[in-house]
Amino acid sequence: MRLRRKRRLLRCMRKRRELNVKQDATNVIQPDDILLMSVIRNEKIRLPYFLDYYRKLGVDHFLFVDNDSDDGSAEFLTQQPDVSVWNTQASYRRATFGVDWVNYLLRSYAHGHWVLTVDPDEFFIYPFCDTRPIRALTDWLDDTSVRSFGTMLIDMYPRGPIEETPYQEGQNPFEVAPWFDTGNYMISRNPTYGNLWIQGGPRSRVFFYETPSKAPALNKIPLVKWDRRYTYVSSTHALLPRGLNQVYEQNGGEKTSGALLHAKLLDTLGDKAHEELSRGQHYRQSDEYRAYAERLQDGPVFWNEWSEKFINWRQLEILGLMSKGNWA
Amino acid sequence: MSTLGIVMLVHTALDRAEQVARHWTASGCPVVIHVDRKVKKTTYSQFVKSCSDDPLILFSDRHVCDWGGWGIVAASQSAATLLLERFSEVHHVYLSSGACLPLRPVTELVNYLADRKRVDFIESATTRDVTWTVGGLDLERFTFRFPFSWRKQRRLFDAHVRLQRALGIRRAVPEGLVPHMGSQWWCLTRQTLSAILQDPKRRIYDRYFQQVWIPDESYFQTLARLYSTQIESRSLTLSKFDYQGRPHIFYDDHLQLLRRSDCFVARKVWHRADRLYQAFLTDQAGAMKPAEPNPGKIDRLFAKAMERRTRGRDGLYMQSRFPSLNKGCGLTAFPYSVFQGFTDLFSDFQPWLTNATGSRVHGHLFSPERARFGGNETVLNGGLSDSAKLRDYNPEAFITNLIWNTRGERQCFQFGPSDLQKINTFLAFDKNAKISIITGAWAISLFRSNMNFADIRAEAARLQQVETQQLRVLKSLDAKADIRIWSLSEFVESPMEQLQTIIDDIGAPHLRPVTEAPKMVDLTGFGKFLQNLKNQGMHPYLTGDFSADDVFDTQVKPFRKPYLVK
Repeated sequence: MRLRRKRRLLRCMRKRRELNVKQDATNVIQPDDILLMSVIRNEKIRLPYFLDYYRKLGVDHFLFVDNDSDDGSAEFLTQQPDVSVWNTQASYRRATFGVDWVNYLLRSYAHGHWVLTVDPDEFFIYPFCDTRPIRALTDWLDDTSVRSFGTMLIDMYPRGPIEETPYQEGQNPFEVAPWFDTGNYMISRNPTYGNLWIQGGPRSRVFFYETPSKAPALNKIPLVKWDRRYTYVSSTHALLPRGLNQVYEQNGGEKTSGALLHAKLLDTLGDKAHEELSRGQHYRQSDEYRAYAERLQDGPVFWNEWSEKFINWRQLEILGLMSKGNWA
Repeated sequence: MSTLGIVMLVHTALDRAEQVARHWTASGCPVVIHVDRKVKKTTYSQFVKSCSDDPLILFSDRHVCDWGGWGIVAASQSAATLLLERFSEVHHVYLSSGACLPLRPVTELVNYLADRKRVDFIESATTRDVTWTVGGLDLERFTFRFPFSWRKQRRLFDAHVRLQRALGIRRAVPEGLVPHMGSQWWCLTRQTLSAILQDPKRRIYDRYFQQVWIPDESYFQTLARLYSTQIESRSLTLSKFDYQGRPHIFYDDHLQLLRRSDCFVARKVWHRADRLYQAFLTDQAGAMKPAEPNPGKIDRLFAKAMERRTRGRDGLYMQSRFPSLNKGCGLTAFPYSVFQGFTDLFSDFQPWLTNATGSRVHGHLFSPERARFGGNETVLNGGLSDSAKLRDYNPEAFITNLIWNTRGERQCFQFGPSDLQKINTFLAFDKNAKISIITGAWAISLFRSNMNFADIRAEAARLQQVETQQLRVLKSLDAKADIRIWSLSEFVESPMEQLQTIIDDIGAPHLRPVTEAPKMVDLTGFGKFLQNLKNQGMHPYLTGDFSADDVFDTQVKPFRKPYLVK
């Protein structure tokens, strides 16, 4: 495992050559700032609300890798004072689906910081997020000597077919897609890295009911007090050293955990699926996007009578999709 | 000047400490601040400078304060000595930290103490009566030596404790001392405190306590017992600890809770909880009525949090709770019933069961084609799909999800040897599962089927083998499920009696009297059918004995009187 970690680190150092700095505002980062790391490609439509959401939570500085966008994402980002942007035209897949770039930047800029690594369609929810800023959480995690914080990705979807309610730039995506599945998630433990492997939700139900093993993983560990020795190994599903993946309790109790609301199943999914399919840059030869592209032709509806409408974190807590643990 | 003096121990968030200190001095209470030696010199001098305009704020000698170490006691001693020396009117000394926040107007606290002139408020209990010790050390913290840090050198710490236990090394408690422990936040009278600080034997005591583990919870607590004329064994500071011995933290959303607690001082407050500082340090008019502190609500809140962390919600599997199978906690959230063979024997068993118990009755949830939910639904609570592939991908998750999603409502489902058998081990180990099995009942369906006899024979052999395997799992010694097994012949002898016990087991709250029996299928010729199987070399031993000439009674007797619940 140590070798594997070292190899990851070496790899990310090699891949740093692929990153060209577009806007470097990292000199304004203060020692205890909370950072956010994200890899994007053509996400202009999502970015305004995304930045807004995380600024309100209390993120101090944003680090973006822009993988060759041509929709003005980069131009938009470089106008923001609290954003640093790196550009790359290299292959997303060959950079282990962006993980190498992320590892390199985290190693360079996030050492000693709490850093949130999320995709531009993921929105972090944690206990008391409506009354306490994210720093309250990280201070408490520091106090209790916890270095990483686990979440589950919750796919959100609209009431009808996804193309019927288009998403507008700047809009809260969960006005369009406020629904989610509450209790069809399947969990097993990954013995290699010691992390949990969660699958399920609407994507399993609608896209992968014949091939459940291919359904995307929903377990994520996005919030970490970074150290330059750490690396993500596959997306934010798992980290090395393995101790960081121990975000769950095995003796019956509940550790504190959060959720990532996933605004993927919007009308933008169709275009994205076709684009990504033609690029073939995603995990497992873009199997996931192939399934989407096929099914999307029939205009699938994710909603059913058991779908739940999102209200707040307390609702997720009661449903058992996240936990306060002993944070009161 | 007030008769109340404050000792404040500070190591971070100096701006908040200053804010609170000025709040005390505004009401005339002198404050002596001890700043941890680990705070940088420049930061410290800046802090001193910014407080210098207030004559009631003094700074004591600085010590290094580590958790569980002697430094905190030394700091309290220095600061308290200075306070008593410089402010002669002070009658009570209140020990607080930089993260403490006064919840009630200072004058109320002053008056409260003025009414109790001789009382020392210090939580002080003998080691035997304390249940909250971290690391399981209670008396041993007074009789062992602790040269290693618990937080930073845990292995050495533990090894050293084990070594002392093994070798039986003990050191003597100084004569006259009875070890007491309690919250480190006290409020002592000048008389008691000065007696402790000026004790001729103080050097002996100090030397002894320097080797005690967490002396800040025992030094004053023990010594106050020597001198105090009246001890109230409680702390005036509201301070709650989590299961790892760390203080719970108060945030803005606790405002109402703190207001209603009627406590004088709360600890520990998050240094960025602007609303709390604003509310409690400024609007004194809107404060509480004079009352005794009553932290009950807060106690319950934190007790619940602790339970969530240590025990969690039974039957919940999520990103931060994934108990292993053998940990003894409930595998599912709620009791449920599994029926095997009943639908073979009774043609209307499912509607009958729904009627009789009011619970949710499903068909064969683990049937190979799809999960047969009650009412022929394709999606169930929580978005659970009926797809067999999704279910078989993780059958344990399927059943735990089903029970979790419908918690509060009793679930019943049918099972049988033609269903997916992977789930058996899980069912056997789940104490919430009530499993009722009529063995060999599958033979009835074959008997009534329209298959060729050779196929029937082969199928019967297969089902019997599967069911035998299943029974082996269920009958294993460590199975925790509540399991009833009848052979088919046993069951048909007195079916109503058995059905009644099953309904009793479910114990539905709105049990209607059962007046009707489910309809048993016509078994005429069944004995002959079994004999034919036997004649072809396939012995259906799980059915029990049926005589070949059908002399048993297939007719269920009607009830003589309506069934009543006790």
